[in-house]
Amino acid sequence: MHRFANPARFMRVSGVVLPWLAGATIVLLAIGLFLGFRAPADYQQGETVKIMFIHVPSAMMAMFGYSSLALASAMALIWRHPLAEIAAQQTAPLGAGFTAICLVTGSLWGEPMWGTWWVWDARLTSVLVLFFLYLGYIALVHAFDDPTRGSRASSVLALVGAVNVPIIHWSVVWWNSLHQGSSVLSMDGLKMGWSIRIPVLVMALAFTLLFTLLLVIRMRAALLERKIRALRVLEAEAVPSDYSFAAPEASA
Amino acid sequence: MTEFFAMGGYAAYVWPAYALAVFILGGFAINAVTRYRAAARELDLLQARRPGASR
Repeated sequence: MHRFANPARFMRVSGVVLPWLAGATIVLLAIGLFLGFRAPADYQQGETVKIMFIHVPSAMMAMFGYSSLALASAMALIWRHPLAEIAAQQTAPLGAGFTAICLVTGSLWGEPMWGTWWVWDARLTSVLVLFFLYLGYIALVHAFDDPTRGSRASSVLALVGAVNVPIIHWSVVWWNSLHQGSSVLSMDGLKMGWSIRIPVLVMALAFTLLFTLLLVIRMRAALLERKIRALRVLEAEAVPSDYSFAAPEASA
Repeated sequence: MTEFFAMGGYAAYVWPAYALAVFILGGFAINAVTRYRAAARELDLLQARRPGASR
């Protein structure tokens, strides 16, 4: 991890990886959508299972995003490394976006299949809390005049909020939830047929690459912006050469 | 084709789900690329103003 923690090296390595990452993301998204729309309708749920090809991968990204956010925040707090801080701050909006997709697509799936857009049960509520944790983190980053304080405070929030991740994962086991249990990654072949499971897995991989791709571009932009700010400070501090602060002593 | 878009009667649920995903993820992609390009352009301008400075 530390090998890539140097901002200059990160810019160099990510610049090389970026086009390949973008290409792989597009190819996997195309394959996943193609397989997904070719998949047969479910005998009970009909064509609503098509929603799953974005609902499940975005739910995975919501969780993956928060885990990355907590990890990067821990690294930012422990080693005070600027790249970890940038990674955390650029992850949060992406995580919030994927969580929003997960919540809304779940609602759109719940209405025809459960007969309700929303219930305050363990799984749905804990994912809503995840969404608010992302928003709280983003708000806290910008809540202080001193960006260092904002970064520290938000990192602590990210770590405290990490307790929600296992709660979301096991919510369907610990409590009676309207939401079904895990089936995509289940080893039991009876839980989900392969004609549907393979497109979900391909889409999950495609979403993971897309998340990484967006994060890398955002981190590159943030690093440039940081450099711009530093240059602007230098410019503002630069004193014109024909101006002297030493005037009083010189004239004495 | 019509049958495909009808989604077995669930078009009103399936297509909004995909539309939202395209909207949010496409928005992220456009935002990330424009933000990076704007920053790169501004940095080039700033560095051009500083003689002797290397990138």
